[in-house]
Amino acid sequence: MDNLDPIAVFRTEAAEQLEVIEAGLLDLTRDLGDKAQIDAVFRGLHTLKGSGSMFGFDQLAAFTHHCETAFDRVRKGEAPATAELIAAVLDAQGHMQSLLDQPNGDHDAMSTKLLEQLQRAVGREAGAAHDAVLVAEAAAVAAAEPAMRTWQLDFRLPADAMINGTNPLGLLDELRDLGECQLTVDTRDVPALEEIDPRQLHLGWSATIVTDKPRSEIEDVFIFVMDDMVMELKDVTPAIEAAAEAIVAQKTQASDAEAIRDGQRAPTGDSKAQKQADNVRVPALRLDEMMDRVGELVIAQSRLSQMAGSVTDLGLRSVSEEIERLAGELRDTMMVLRMMPVASLFSRFRRLVHDLSRETGKEIELVTAGEATEVDKTVIDRLADPLVHLVRNSIDHGLELPEDRIAAGKPAVGKVTLSAHQTGSEVVITIKDDGRGIDRDRVRAKAESNGLIQPGQALSDQELLQQIFQPGFSTAEKVTNLSGRGVGMDVVKKTIEALRGAIDVKSEQGAGSEIALRIPLTLAIIDGLLVRVGNGNYVIPLSAVEECLELSIEEDLRSRGRSFISLRDDLVPFVRLRELFRTGSEPDQYQKVVVISTGRERVGLVVDQIIGDHQTVIKSMSKLHDQVSSFSGATILGDGNVALILDVGHLIAAGQQQEAQLRAAG
Amino acid sequence: MSANILTVDDSASIRMTTRIALTTAGYSVTEAVDGADGLEKMKAGRFDLIVTDLNMPNMDGLTMIRNLRQLPAYMGTPVIFLTTESDGELKQQAKAAGATGWLTKPFDAENLVKIARKVLG
Repeated sequence: MDNLDPIAVFRTEAAEQLEVIEAGLLDLTRDLGDKAQIDAVFRGLHTLKGSGSMFGFDQLAAFTHHCETAFDRVRKGEAPATAELIAAVLDAQGHMQSLLDQPNGDHDAMSTKLLEQLQRAVGREAGAAHDAVLVAEAAAVAAAEPAMRTWQLDFRLPADAMINGTNPLGLLDELRDLGECQLTVDTRDVPALEEIDPRQLHLGWSATIVTDKPRSEIEDVFIFVMDDMVMELKDVTPAIEAAAEAIVAQKTQASDAEAIRDGQRAPTGDSKAQKQADNVRVPALRLDEMMDRVGELVIAQSRLSQMAGSVTDLGLRSVSEEIERLAGELRDTMMVLRMMPVASLFSRFRRLVHDLSRETGKEIELVTAGEATEVDKTVIDRLADPLVHLVRNSIDHGLELPEDRIAAGKPAVGKVTLSAHQTGSEVVITIKDDGRGIDRDRVRAKAESNGLIQPGQALSDQELLQQIFQPGFSTAEKVTNLSGRGVGMDVVKKTIEALRGAIDVKSEQGAGSEIALRIPLTLAIIDGLLVRVGNGNYVIPLSAVEECLELSIEEDLRSRGRSFISLRDDLVPFVRLRELFRTGSEPDQYQKVVVISTGRERVGLVVDQIIGDHQTVIKSMSKLHDQVSSFSGATILGDGNVALILDVGHLIAAGQQQEAQLRAAG
Repeated sequence: MSANILTVDDSASIRMTTRIALTTAGYSVTEAVDGADGLEKMKAGRFDLIVTDLNMPNMDGLTMIRNLRQLPAYMGTPVIFLTTESDGELKQQAKAAGATGWLTKPFDAENLVKIARKVLG
């Protein structure tokens, strides 16, 4: 029964229920006063209405509700069971069957006609829907309530509350959950020891609660005992607007009390309305627009502070500092607005893993962790495809078939773990499997045969593993539907690098692999190192900068044509940006080297001057510049000039290429 | 330790929905098909919470609640009944019979679990 669809169960049950109703009604045509049958029919209608609305058969539920209301009057003896009424309900029963068969069909005309017939038979209008209005009103008032308020609450539960299953301690805990809560117990009514009935509750409490929750949520704590208890709830917020609020509070109290007295208030209706009021859905486009504006504001602000710094007007300076602080706060707030939990990214993998499991015949368990980790929305969007590739790869290449796993002494079910966590200004997303791991000998053989590395070339373990991200690399023996076409992994690497991230690979033969994607938290504003080459300013993302040093004249002369510097016994290739950018002007006497790296590979960039730290608002370049690979974007400096942002991944590749050529040559 | 919950309802689909919701939330669930069956099971086992419908054949929910409050083992055990918005009067009767709280139909899993947490404390 566990595997059955509740809706299917409901359909079967509703069909049975309709039969019971029909049988009862037919019996009633013979004996109109048969109380047992009247009860049975009423119960059938009641159950049908209740479960119909539970399983989304709204038309059926609404229609049955009116029939039930009509029939309730018969049951209570307010209206006689007449042949006309029974006939009308029988007609209605037939209609319920079609509502059950076609829950989304257009039955309105028929429903209305049958209800009119029913109403005539029972002699009064059947049922009204004013309850919905009441709930909506209560919710609207609740949603309109303001922020932090202080409430004084005195209450005394009914004496039999504990016998009836209410745990007063639970209620006190709920009050504490609402916010800061100070409780004092009132023991005045506790009788002498010999008179105490331990089943009775003799205590009262007073509480001072500071909360941003509306009055209705405090009252909701007591929803089940509200009618029989003594309670006084006063808003004692020490505020100027108290007078105005008091009127609102009074109104709330009145309408809430009314709703509760009528017993028509849905227990959780308020909190639902509250949730909706707390969240505003905004199109991503507007956020992007706003980000642009904030970026421009930050730029304008840095111009302002530059100007203010050059004059002695103290008033101007203090305004400028104020604006600097506000712009900074605005920027930070904006960043948070763009953050989304990676849960939205991870959730789509359940289906993928399920499908892959069926396609490959491998048993797979997907474990996710750290779904609450938040990343910039753009990053989430762009990460989806690379992650799909990586998960597919893990399943296709990594995990073994169940029989192979058992032979290797592992559980038959393979495990793929997707996890995310934040470290500093980076988010690390890890895809881990407990499969066979990466076969390094095969990776080497493949890389050699594809000409990606020289035969016998000395490579560190990490360098060897990173070969799997080279274009045109694939170790799968047969091309499957999922992966192994040699596309994918290099695209993954490109995408991650475009996000200014990096990929680390760990793998243990026979025990599994782990691929970690390290992604910066945001793409819109970065910390950059501002440098000058000739007359142009350039920004190097600070996260890629390892160190800065001076290129001494001797070293410069020595390395002519070879372009290597020795850095703590390590040869690091460098790229002369002056040459790369074909800068015509006279070079500065003391050239500087900025060493940048992505994980393992390091490259030095020779510049004329290092200017310093710079909060960089990234602007994308126009379509015309799509082909320019050395730059990833541009930014506007405080003085209004434009600085290009260097594409670290590309420059490192260029440096490494230069290194490879030199090694090959010499 | 997970709480034991007894659900009493004559509708198989409602029993199934409540069981799925409550077991998913980590509770262990026993089912009974009407009030009489519910009382039998209560005497045979030990439950921390009873969730019951009111309209049932054999023995209705009200009678069952009145009876269970007479059992020393179930004095003080929370009892939640399922009701619809039109049952205002019935709600009063159920409370007078000794029910702890109610859940308005149609309910979703989230509501049910929330109420269960509330009364289980």
